[in-house]
Amino acid sequence: MYPEDFRYTKEHEWVLVEGGIGTVGITDHAQQELGDIVYVDLPKPGAGVERGKSLGSVESVKAVSDIFAPVSGEVTEINPVLADAPEKLNEDPHGAAWLVKIKLSAPGEVQELMTAADYQAYIGAEK
Amino acid sequence: MPQVPALRPTALNAVHRAACAKMVDFGGWDMPVQYSGILAEHMAVRQSVGVFDVSHMGEIEIRGPQAAQLTDFVTTNAVPKLQAGQAHYAGLLYEHGGFVDDILVHKVAADHFFLCVNASNQEKDFEHIRAHNHFDAAVEFASDRYSQLAIQGPQARATLQKLTRADLGAIRYYWFTDGEVAGVPARIAHTGYTGEDGFEIYIPPEESERIWGRVLDAGAEYGIKPCGLGARNTLRLEAKMALYGHEIDASISPLEADLAWIVKLEKGDFVGREALVKQKEAGLRRKLVGFEMRGRPIARDGYEVLVNGVAAGWVTSGSPAPALNKNIGLCYLPVGHARPGVPLQVIVRGQPADAMTVETPFYKRVK
Repeated sequence: MYPEDFRYTKEHEWVLVEGGIGTVGITDHAQQELGDIVYVDLPKPGAGVERGKSLGSVESVKAVSDIFAPVSGEVTEINPVLADAPEKLNEDPHGAAWLVKIKLSAPGEVQELMTAADYQAYIGAEK
Repeated sequence: MPQVPALRPTALNAVHRAACAKMVDFGGWDMPVQYSGILAEHMAVRQSVGVFDVSHMGEIEIRGPQAAQLTDFVTTNAVPKLQAGQAHYAGLLYEHGGFVDDILVHKVAADHFFLCVNASNQEKDFEHIRAHNHFDAAVEFASDRYSQLAIQGPQARATLQKLTRADLGAIRYYWFTDGEVAGVPARIAHTGYTGEDGFEIYIPPEESERIWGRVLDAGAEYGIKPCGLGARNTLRLEAKMALYGHEIDASISPLEADLAWIVKLEKGDFVGREALVKQKEAGLRRKLVGFEMRGRPIARDGYEVLVNGVAAGWVTSGSPAPALNKNIGLCYLPVGHARPGVPLQVIVRGQPADAMTVETPFYKRVK
């Protein structure tokens, strides 16, 4: 369910780091809790983001929720699929519905995030 | 440590949990907010049929020789106009004209009225009515005796008809009959909170699990979906039906809430009448109006509303409208702006977003 090569935040984002670039998304647990997602608001490429600060938002029918940056850096790419098909976030949150790619400015931050096993224990405990 | 009160379950709690519905604290009740998803449930009701457990709603019975007089005195609508077997929507007001609650009044007989009230207001409503009972009538708190299911949608009648000998086609809108459903005594009302055709049935709690299952079986050929409070909210908003705590509360009068049609000032004295007469004479200051967002942003409850760049009111309910493919909302505005065609801005997460006031209801079913 939760890929071993991802790292996870307490706010239910994930990041996969490859070659200094972090691909960021929200977890399956997050999309389940949100319900039907109808809108995703993301920063523009080039924007600077800071770990723990708001990166954008996702809106479900019921509510709007912040997405927090799991790592600091510069946004290099946003997922073009989500503007017209936000429901993809409900279908494939760990894959096709990634949110943004970030060029890491402090790669060491990743080590402080949860592993898949930690995250699964965390959401188990949260329930 | 302060004690956290346990959430109140309905008689169908185990059914919801077994079906893996997402449960939430709704005014102290442990209720399903969704089963399969709000969008799918919403569309099932608009296009076919859905069933809701609304057993958290309260019931109050008023009986006795002066039951009609008491009911008329504590509500805004004209009880003398009701016939036995007929129901209407009404306000229960404080002396100052604000809402205690909004309720459905059913006339069972000349000396017996059955009120359906909001879950989180039921104890307050009961005390309020009792405090005004200077009549030869008895007020009874009856919520424990009833579960309530709402079967709603264009196929609601076909679904429910399979389970009852009562001729549902003969029950006019906002009328009801005392009959049976699945062999059990039931009050069957042609009412709803979705803007769609449908029925609300009041049944014994101990039978509710079995009847819930029978309704799902009966509706299977129409693709019936069990629905949660999330879809109930988006459905009622499209139909511009008020929700206590959002459009109405103790600080809002029915005239402000665009509910003048349930206020019968000419019927004689009732609790809150004097305040409403004064408010009408002085002129309303604010009124409820519907709006549509221009673009992608979604207005949410409590967001600030600007007209010509000036703070003018607040959003009472805001959401995507699944059947309309728009983002809609209701808000209070100064009366001068409370008409269709007024451009406004809603502050969405710190950014002004364009919207326009529109005619309501947003959704009207084709009859």
